[in-house]
Amino acid sequence: MKAVIVGCGRVGAGLADELDRAGWQVLILDVSTAAFDRLPATFRGTALRGDGTDEDTLRRAGAEDADLFLSLTEGDNRNVMAAQLAIEALGARRTVAKINDPVRAEAYAHLGIAALCRTNLMTGAVLGFVGQAVPERPGIYAPVVEHTHAEDPTTGEGVTRSTEA
Amino acid sequence: MFVLVVGGGKVGYYLTKELIESGHEVALMEKDRVRAGQIADEIGSVVISHDGCEGKYLHEAGANRADIVAAVTGDDEDNLVICQMAKHHFDVPRTIARVNNPKNESLFRHLGVDEIISPTRMILGSIEQDIPVHELLHLAALGVGELEIIEARLQPGSPAIGRSALDLSVPEGCSLFGVIRDGKPTPLSAGTILAEGDKVIAIGRPDCEPALRDQLIGEPEG
Repeated sequence: MKAVIVGCGRVGAGLADELDRAGWQVLILDVSTAAFDRLPATFRGTALRGDGTDEDTLRRAGAEDADLFLSLTEGDNRNVMAAQLAIEALGARRTVAKINDPVRAEAYAHLGIAALCRTNLMTGAVLGFVGQAVPERPGIYAPVVEHTHAEDPTTGEGVTRSTEA
Repeated sequence: MFVLVVGGGKVGYYLTKELIESGHEVALMEKDRVRAGQIADEIGSVVISHDGCEGKYLHEAGANRADIVAAVTGDDEDNLVICQMAKHHFDVPRTIARVNNPKNESLFRHLGVDEIISPTRMILGSIEQDIPVHELLHLAALGVGELEIIEARLQPGSPAIGRSALDLSVPEGCSLFGVIRDGKPTPLSAGTILAEGDKVIAIGRPDCEPALRDQLIGEPEG
């Protein structure tokens, strides 16, 4: 199983380490090489400096055909674009994008991207911890439509079909 | 017509100004407060000092009744998200995005942005017109779909020279439009025998290019 992670922050580095230990083939990208200091010395995957929203960079890094593509940078829109590139152009089977704005997170779940929303996660955690009622807002919005990428038999062009899940 | 412009850089600023002058209702969103204040001082209260990528503020700016949303910030990812939010969350009929990385054009188009403006591509096209190349030139992209206007300058060695323009086997999805000879446009007819130096103008999809290149450029000499 192949995982591509864009953004080597605490969460990105932590997931890279866990997936690597679980036997995944892991590729992690960040625009700063200093970020890779967060990876443990035991990490056996590939860490490459590069912009995860740039299609050429992702292809050069070998990010095609990932079973799992996680975009976890500090920019909601960068994450959205990287995830959509992964689905539309790089054949990723599953993507999760960190989108901290709940409105955008929900909107993109409707466009087929699993949206991880830190705002909801933390609000819920804090309210639960102090014994208040926790609003029903998911930490990850599951995709409402499922994307499948296939070749159109008549034109040979790649087409993305969306079906209500 | 109500136009919502997102991004108060040079492009957004002049666009807003021109739209107001031509009598349209305009709102401009610029997240930098200082920049937003400067523009507001000059052109008045149409400026909203908030991030146009954020759903809440798009709503407050009236995105749900906008006829057009133009995303003209300097960041491609922001422009993509603004257009997608406008289209899918606020049902805006027409979205326009500025794209800096020409490679992103096809992704944006595929993801449903109605119109894509790439200054990089335009400048590149203009430079390519000035230097002798054996390649096809992209003169312009046509708004909807994936059509572009292509120019091929017939160089020595082109297999098309000496043949009638109507005899060329043009790839499907592409159509020859005319010939420019000595600066004069000429429509295609059976009597149009192509000659060195002719510029053949075609309209077609980008995937027709290899076949078109074989027909019109061939193996360049030198």
